Amino acid sequence: MIAKGAAADIGYASSARLKPVELLPWVVALAVYFLAPTYLPLGAYILIICLFVLSLDLILGYGGIVTLGHSAYFGFGAYVAGVFAMRVSGDPLIGLAVAAAGAGLLGLATGAVILRTHGLALLMLTLAITSIVLEVANKWTSVTGGADGLHSVPIEPVLGLFRFDMFGKTAFLYCLVVVIACWWLVRTIVHSPFGVALAGTRENDVRMAAIGAPVYRRRLTAYTISCALAGVAGGLLTQTTQFVGLSVLGFELSGEVMVMLVLGGVRRIYGAFVGPLVYITAEDWLAKQFPEYWYLGIGLLLVVIVMFARGGILGILDKLVARVRGGRA
Amino acid sequence: MTAPVLETRKLCKRFGGLTVAADIDFRLSPGDRHALIGPNGAGKTTFVNMLTGRLAPSSGQVLLAGEDVTRVPPEARVKRGLGRTFQINTLFRELSVLDNVALGVAERRGIAGRLWRAASAYREVRDEAMALLASLGLEADAGYRVIDLPYGKQRLVEISIALGLEPKVLLLDEPAAGVPKMESERILEVLDALPRDIAILIIEHDMDLVFRFAKRITVLVQGEVLCEGTPQEIGSDRRVAEVYLGESHQHG
Amino acid sequence: MDAFFSSLVSIAFHGLAYGMILYAISVGLSITMGLMGFVNLAHGVFAMAGGYVMYTLMGDLGMAWLPALALACVAVAAGSIVLERLLYSRLYTAGELEQVLFTIGLIFVAVAVARIFYGNNPLAAPLPDLLKGQTELAGRSFPTYRVMVILASAALIVVLWLGLERTRWGAMVRAAVDNRAMAQSVGIDTGKLFTLTFALGSGLAALGGALGADLMAMTPTYPFEQLVYFLIVVSLGGLGTLRGPFLGALLIGIGDTACKYWVPEFGAFFIYAATMLVLLWRPQGLLGRAA
Repeated sequence: MIAKGAAADIGYASSARLKPVELLPWVVALAVYFLAPTYLPLGAYILIICLFVLSLDLILGYGGIVTLGHSAYFGFGAYVAGVFAMRVSGDPLIGLAVAAAGAGLLGLATGAVILRTHGLALLMLTLAITSIVLEVANKWTSVTGGADGLHSVPIEPVLGLFRFDMFGKTAFLYCLVVVIACWWLVRTIVHSPFGVALAGTRENDVRMAAIGAPVYRRRLTAYTISCALAGVAGGLLTQTTQFVGLSVLGFELSGEVMVMLVLGGVRRIYGAFVGPLVYITAEDWLAKQFPEYWYLGIGLLLVVIVMFARGGILGILDKLVARVRGGRA
Repeated sequence: MTAPVLETRKLCKRFGGLTVAADIDFRLSPGDRHALIGPNGAGKTTFVNMLTGRLAPSSGQVLLAGEDVTRVPPEARVKRGLGRTFQINTLFRELSVLDNVALGVAERRGIAGRLWRAASAYREVRDEAMALLASLGLEADAGYRVIDLPYGKQRLVEISIALGLEPKVLLLDEPAAGVPKMESERILEVLDALPRDIAILIIEHDMDLVFRFAKRITVLVQGEVLCEGTPQEIGSDRRVAEVYLGESHQHG
Repeated sequence: MDAFFSSLVSIAFHGLAYGMILYAISVGLSITMGLMGFVNLAHGVFAMAGGYVMYTLMGDLGMAWLPALALACVAVAAGSIVLERLLYSRLYTAGELEQVLFTIGLIFVAVAVARIFYGNNPLAAPLPDLLKGQTELAGRSFPTYRVMVILASAALIVVLWLGLERTRWGAMVRAAVDNRAMAQSVGIDTGKLFTLTFALGSGLAALGGALGADLMAMTPTYPFEQLVYFLIVVSLGGLGTLRGPFLGALLIGIGDTACKYWVPEFGAFFIYAATMLVLLWRPQGLLGRAA
């Protein structure tokens, strides 16, 4: 009964001080760096997807806006970073900033328009946006490389010092630092008065308006930030793989990251880390042998989660912990 | 004669050929305890929605503290001192009772949009919300999810949220609706203890509550004001009794 | 000028055929969404199933074209009843996110199953000789198959509209779309109504999927690729009516064909952009009712 778990982690009465367990993802990441160096490219990819899923959690989990089009901003950021590196400068930090700004602006422009609707119309518009971005990327071959994509994107050393080596060490640490910074940003926002107000908008937007809150403006702010973060993730992917292609766009990708978020647990920040870790690792092991059965399993898992385990993995863990604690009491 | 804090002048609402509000003149002064009654379909909810700004009138004016707010959107009217509760609990379901109230307090204080400091660092917001809950006897429930509370207590949270806005005018839409008899006494106590300087308009069907609480009553029938007066006057007005055919209460 | 007129006729004809297929598939989605308020993103799965089942019936079982088509629709409708009773019905009161997730899960499962059984290449059931070749109409020749599609769809539409206007089932559907709670309180068994309507919608989708295999290629990723179009037709036209998706399907069918013909380098861009503009102006769709 006491507001616990996700509901109690934010709010005017809960401490925002960092709990030790919250550092676990970074401990694991560093452990991988030192102990499992052959997995660094995969690790960097997982970190990137974690950031992407985290950005989705901000708008979907905390903001309560169901969108099927978040891949549009991820992909847009990826392409902006790629085109920027090929035509202007290969500096990764500047490129990342440009990708974030580009995706953020796209988010602001599209959000300003679609957040005036809700329900099916909103869902439809998010799908339309991601379809448009995919179509543009597909057809505007001179800029995006069309179906072939952009290869051998030139990336200079980070801060002029750290070259992207072929073992993926620089790439991994680069992603780690960026993701930590973005994680800290999201965590701060979620615990802030804005974050509580965003939760209020999600829970009851009529009530929110009745207490004088500028609901539309707050939602738009959250949406823009979320899109910029997705753009950062996309940019990281382009910079670390030196490639960008149509696979960074489309409804199927939006669906997959939604699966990862739900798998880890919506609205828990760390669900966005657990989900991709479990999903991508499992996919790496299983899908190589049986790609179709992997897809089948994911679909069934999603159906099962919706029917029986809405809180995802972290939700199940929460319940287990509560049972253990309750048993002791 | 104190200036009215809420006023409507010839307020009308037409939907196509259907008139749901006709030339409603209404005044509320600071400290008033006013009830709006009428049979179902009389247009009470429409009237309230025009007061709050959710519905735009076809003609006429709404004035708040002497200023014309007819074109002003709902959020801005809240900032100018108009608070309301809803007939059905409209709460932030998964949030704690404290956060439900704190959200309104934070909006009023203008810090609700801040991104950088943790919410819990704004102790003044929390303390004010707790004090408000305490004044309604809800301080023990502060940490609980609001949907886990019994319905009557949720109704009290509904009122707390509105009070956290420090309104000059409070519109209470059927505050005891859906509350079991055992718990409604508590709501009546809370209503009696509301700050004296707030002007309160209560929309109600429960005649016991109306006659106990209101100093003046307006009767709305088919979008028009039938009559207005003290409880004694309304209770002994034959037209009102006729309107409530089958109503077994006799007052006055 | 003559060439321009000729291309107009061509676009109108092929656009009409495409629109009719879209309508057959999407009308079920519109009715079930208006009726149950359920966002069924997996609707394309039934269309895909229709195409693949018909292919198997003709290929492995050697059935003739028409019986295979009919049996495929019935089989898919029957399968949809099982899904509806077991799974869908538990989520009618769930939130939008749950419905979206569930239907995405269904799509994943269907796509995987299709890949496992049918592989990745586009498949289509072979046409009977009667429908191959060209037909002469008003001095021009058109593919016979598409002429049949247009005529059959027109007949289907008439049957549907009469059914909704004249039968008891139709009256119940219209009542329940209008006001679900009220319909229940006057004794309409909404559970059975939902199941029946869901099955009808899925069967129609199967029909559209099977018939439309030459316009919309039958591949395992069909539900992902075509979903946008079904949703556009439904949300453009308006939920819960028969006329809404008809208008939407015609606009999209003809519009998309025209764009692919005249400005192929832009692809479907204008369709998406037009949809966005319409939805921003009228979120309830062109023929839908304002919330």
